[in-house]
Amino acid sequence: MSGHHSHKDPLLEEIEHLTSQNTSVCYQCGKCSAGCPIRDFAEESPNKIIRYIQLGLYEKALKSKTIWLCASCQTCTTRCPQKYDLARLMDALRQLAIKKGYKPDRAVYKFHKAFLKQIKDHGRSYELGLVRDYKLSNIASLTLFQDMDVAPTMLLKGKLGILPHNIKGKKAIEKMFKKYYDKKGDE
Amino acid sequence: MKIGVFVCQCGENIGKTVDCVGVAKSCASIPGVAVSMEYKYMCSDPGQNLVKQAIADNGLDAVVVAACSPHMHEKTFRKAANGAGINPFLVEIANIREHVSWIHDDVPSGSLKATDLIRSAVEKVKNNAPLTTIKVPVTKRALVIGGGISGIQAALDIANAGYEVVLVEKEPSIGGHMSQLSETFPTLDCSQCILTPRMVEVYQHPKIKLLTYSEVEAVDGFIGNFKVKIRKKARSVIDEDCNGCGMCIQKCPTKKKAYSEFEEGMAFRPAIYVPFPQAVPNIPVIDRSVCTFYKTGKCKICETVCGRKAIDFMQEDTILEEEIGAIVVATGFKLYKITKPEPGSPYEGYGEYGYGEYKDVIDGLQFERMASASGPTAGEMKRPSDGKEPKKIVFIQCVGSRDESKGFSYCSKICCMYTAKHAMLYKHKVHDGEAYVFYMDIRSGGKMYEEFVRRGIEEDGAKYIRGRVSRLYEENGKIIVKGEDTLAGVPITIDADMVVLATAMVAQKEAPKLAQILGIPYDKHGFMSESHPKLKPVESSSGGIFLAGAANAPKDIPESVSMASAAAAKVMILFSSDILEREPVIAQVDESTCVGCFYCQKVCAYNAVERKEIKDRNGKLIKVVAYVNEGLCQGCGTCNATCPSKSVELIGFKDEQIFAQICALNEI
Repeated sequence: MSGHHSHKDPLLEEIEHLTSQNTSVCYQCGKCSAGCPIRDFAEESPNKIIRYIQLGLYEKALKSKTIWLCASCQTCTTRCPQKYDLARLMDALRQLAIKKGYKPDRAVYKFHKAFLKQIKDHGRSYELGLVRDYKLSNIASLTLFQDMDVAPTMLLKGKLGILPHNIKGKKAIEKMFKKYYDKKGDE
Repeated sequence: MKIGVFVCQCGENIGKTVDCVGVAKSCASIPGVAVSMEYKYMCSDPGQNLVKQAIADNGLDAVVVAACSPHMHEKTFRKAANGAGINPFLVEIANIREHVSWIHDDVPSGSLKATDLIRSAVEKVKNNAPLTTIKVPVTKRALVIGGGISGIQAALDIANAGYEVVLVEKEPSIGGHMSQLSETFPTLDCSQCILTPRMVEVYQHPKIKLLTYSEVEAVDGFIGNFKVKIRKKARSVIDEDCNGCGMCIQKCPTKKKAYSEFEEGMAFRPAIYVPFPQAVPNIPVIDRSVCTFYKTGKCKICETVCGRKAIDFMQEDTILEEEIGAIVVATGFKLYKITKPEPGSPYEGYGEYGYGEYKDVIDGLQFERMASASGPTAGEMKRPSDGKEPKKIVFIQCVGSRDESKGFSYCSKICCMYTAKHAMLYKHKVHDGEAYVFYMDIRSGGKMYEEFVRRGIEEDGAKYIRGRVSRLYEENGKIIVKGEDTLAGVPITIDADMVVLATAMVAQKEAPKLAQILGIPYDKHGFMSESHPKLKPVESSSGGIFLAGAANAPKDIPESVSMASAAAAKVMILFSSDILEREPVIAQVDESTCVGCFYCQKVCAYNAVERKEIKDRNGKLIKVVAYVNEGLCQGCGTCNATCPSKSVELIGFKDEQIFAQICALNEI
């Protein structure tokens, strides 16, 4: 399948370029799936996603809900014995899925965009802003007050800041987003 | 000088790509070549006779054979030439097989290259000088470092062949890790039952000098002629006087000051102790770091109760010097601990498994002690936190091993097997218990190994789950194990009573230091390197130093024993002759130009460069120059390349010889 002289599928090349990683280092131990916080909500385990890539079943990976359920918490990346950054692969697959027209559910996509906007504006996640932007953009789905019950707990635990915390390199992040959008259009 | 050139066709091997007849003909015109001929198989008896005949007929002084690699037949042709009266070092090989016919397919250019290589070899041989082999005497006495099963096996084999052995063990007793094991795979033999007779045999063997609680401090010399300094650490007990009655141990008031190393920290031992009841020798040692006397100057109860007056609080380390001909390194391994890494350690700890802070998470050797009838729980399954019998036990394989992120790339090889054994032993002791094994692959290559693993699964009901565990944490007296079965694609959570980690086998911490003392290479993990991975697996790259067991790489008992016997056989081969002969291709210093900068000494990988004082006739020191120990020098040429004053040369490969070869190629 791979090797110095073998021809690589252009899509695999693009994935490996986007992730700067060799997909074949994964030896399918499943430690990523074992520690994944969204594992119980995903039909397909994270190790299965990278297995699809290894087998050349790209469409299966791009269509999987798992890549959209991924919370980018990077537990998999931290614990991977082969030092493979699976969170980065998930990110690359989300990008590719949109590019190739495998858009997820409307709500998921709106959430994805709202999340990226927080990163663009603050250089990091701003939960209250995320809730605001997501709910407003997805107002048609009538879920405005869904999950409101968890807000007090989150507030008490300090997981829901009232004001955003900007990172030091906010300007640089903005620049990166601008450069990317200028090149690829608003996606 | 009259030189003969002999071109071999090697059947089709060379003949197909090199026009041997044409090459032989054109080589005849090289200045100095008196005769040039070709033959189908020059290495055959008729071929060798052809060479001998040509030497006699033409009165040749030197010979160039254009044939295969010198690794193959240089010896053959040297011997043939010597038979016809030519010094064997006046024979040169031009490799026209591996360097020409096997890598080219065009006959004209192949033939041209072959001619060039022959011309180059002719120019070299013109500058060759007759040499004689170096002869060194052999001290027929072996040193075995490490008294585990590998060292025991090697020592017994060498001693039983009639040679003297000095066996050095750093712990107070021999026996190593094997003495800690409960039962051994794949037969479930009781480990101590098969090991202890060997330990006693070592102790009683008239040819073996056993030095326990001792360490090798310095090694000088070379193959057949080592001088070894051994530090015999102070036991505080006089060996010859102690009869091993054990009264001192019984009466020692510091009962719970130190964890027993032998019991892997699962039991205490007094300050004066023998590691385990079957220890060899059965002589106690005082651990001065916990002994009351060494702390307060009072106590001396052991001295009072000792009827033999064998306690000596003032005893000091002694240094012994031994003359040794060959060394077997059998220093074994250690188990990796998942705790936070010590400074300087190449390995990371396992934060996700709690850095070893959960009491009911133990390692493989601790489980061995728990399962052992002579262990801290008398062989009963009792978890460390509350002594309760674990009803649900989880075994995790590849902890450390095959985990690049923790610093290990390698497979520890024995864990698949001992985990299967552990699961079995557990099920044999706790019939209503559940045993789970998390694995990545089951590597059960070995006689009756796969059958053993299947038995654990099929007959004893061990449940195997394919996947690495992501995290362990404590909750309500249980250890929660978060895993995934990658075969079914389902997440698995087990609330275990106890977890056993099959942690990686790592090199002894002091292994690199010992390797440096011995002047032998070791790998990035600290395992001693073999000279060739396939064909010289028990030789180190230094002459006369051999490897046995897990000091070389993770190995199980049968492999360690095989390797130890192999190393012993190599020692016996060395001891089978009184004189060692070796090629004279070594470095030589021109003392008149050497400025004594000793760069050569710094770069020498074999510690072969010494300092030599040059004195005038009144004994006044004129200068200090480098001197090459011919027993140690391996002829690698590094000193030659480093010397700024060009005062070191490699005999047989002097600069003038090499330059003549290069110039000959330039004539094209």
